[in-house]
Amino acid sequence: MNHQFNWAVLWEYRELLLAGLKITIQLSSISIVICTVLGIILGIMRLAKNALVRLFASAYVEFFVNTPLIIQMFFWYFALPMMLPETLRFWLWSHNYEFIASVIGLSIYTSSFIAEAVRAGIQAIDKGQREAALSTGLSGFQTMWYIILPQAVRIVIPPICNQYLNLIKNSSLAMTIAVPEITFQAQAIESYTFRGFEAFTAATLIYISLTLTVSFLMSRVERWASKGQRAVVA
Amino acid sequence: MSIDVITRNIPYLYEGFKVTLQLAAISITLSFVFGTIFGMARLSKYRIISIPATIYIEIVRGTPLIMVIFWIFFLIPVLIGHPIQPFPSAVAAFTVFTSAYIAEIVRSGIKSIPVGQVEAALSSGLTYWQTMRYIVLPQALTKMIPPLVGQFISLFKDTSLAYIIGVMELTRRATIVNNREYKSFEIFTFVALVYFVVCFTMSKYARYLEKKRRVGEDHRTEEKYTPANA
Repeated sequence: MNHQFNWAVLWEYRELLLAGLKITIQLSSISIVICTVLGIILGIMRLAKNALVRLFASAYVEFFVNTPLIIQMFFWYFALPMMLPETLRFWLWSHNYEFIASVIGLSIYTSSFIAEAVRAGIQAIDKGQREAALSTGLSGFQTMWYIILPQAVRIVIPPICNQYLNLIKNSSLAMTIAVPEITFQAQAIESYTFRGFEAFTAATLIYISLTLTVSFLMSRVERWASKGQRAVVA
Repeated sequence: MSIDVITRNIPYLYEGFKVTLQLAAISITLSFVFGTIFGMARLSKYRIISIPATIYIEIVRGTPLIMVIFWIFFLIPVLIGHPIQPFPSAVAAFTVFTSAYIAEIVRSGIKSIPVGQVEAALSSGLTYWQTMRYIVLPQALTKMIPPLVGQFISLFKDTSLAYIIGVMELTRRATIVNNREYKSFEIFTFVALVYFVVCFTMSKYARYLEKKRRVGEDHRTEEKYTPANA
């Protein structure tokens, strides 16, 4: 092994890496917000009384869970603008469309996984609770909002946290549609300097610190959410 | 909408689909072997074995797959002194990545077996390997099958990332057709459906297995621990 490591290139190109980190954080945080909202709505829809609503939500979840994210991103990036009127298409293309497409891709993909977690969380709540709430005169929405969801939230936080971590890691796929996030910048440094090893080490360390930070924050949220809970002795 | 862009390119895309299947099949086999080893290593009582296994698993699980693909693609040439083909490089990357996830499945599968069984097996004179081979792994395996199928579905979807280093699999061929024909909607919808059919079938099968396992468990008459019979 006669490879000479040159870690100085990282310092030379630090601005690229920092710019990439900024984009990764923006991309991930916007997508996390959207996918959580979509995921909760779809998760509830999967348990709706109306069969048509249920069918729509199931089809959405199954389709997006079972296709590769990269194909979905290509679809939103290449195919979606073709279906839009020309003026809107050109407006999108001149307004950083690759970023928008990657947000759409990440949000929809992750929302279908979150929907599954939410559905499982709601189903884990004992049926008697729902029946009791309804029989005390609460409406269906009130039962959901005041009785079921607050309990389901505790069950659902750990799997949703996992999905957030996956989303951050998956945001690296945005490089395939030329969003200049960390992976993209690491590859750019590689092509400027042929120092792939050093560049990808730096990017990997950045991802690991990001995921560690998020899982630390989420463990705090989890502790906060279960604070009011009584200790249940089985 | 024009369907003929698909029909004209089906032979070309089919070649890619075969590569996708090969990538997935080879990688899952290797990942299963290495994942089982790493999963057992993480549970080892010798720290010199368990700590490296834990570090490996946690680092890989905190890293995006694209990173692992780039790593292998740039690291192996440095180690062996000459560049390698994209296909073996992709297989190596998927194996390194998926092994870490399978290791966690194996670990929780093994941990779900009551300690009493291991103790009983060891005290009846079986060695560690015999206990693993005849007592723990056969039981753990049935519990592991649904998550393993899930992992295989993920891997099948993930093979699309081999596109980045130039493996001529389904996704790469789809982008080539797209660049040539400029019919993005038809092409990507079609390719998405191909992936969907394979993955959806597998996930239905996983759910069927899961259901079967649960049914099997319910029929067992084994007494469960409750405060009443303690």
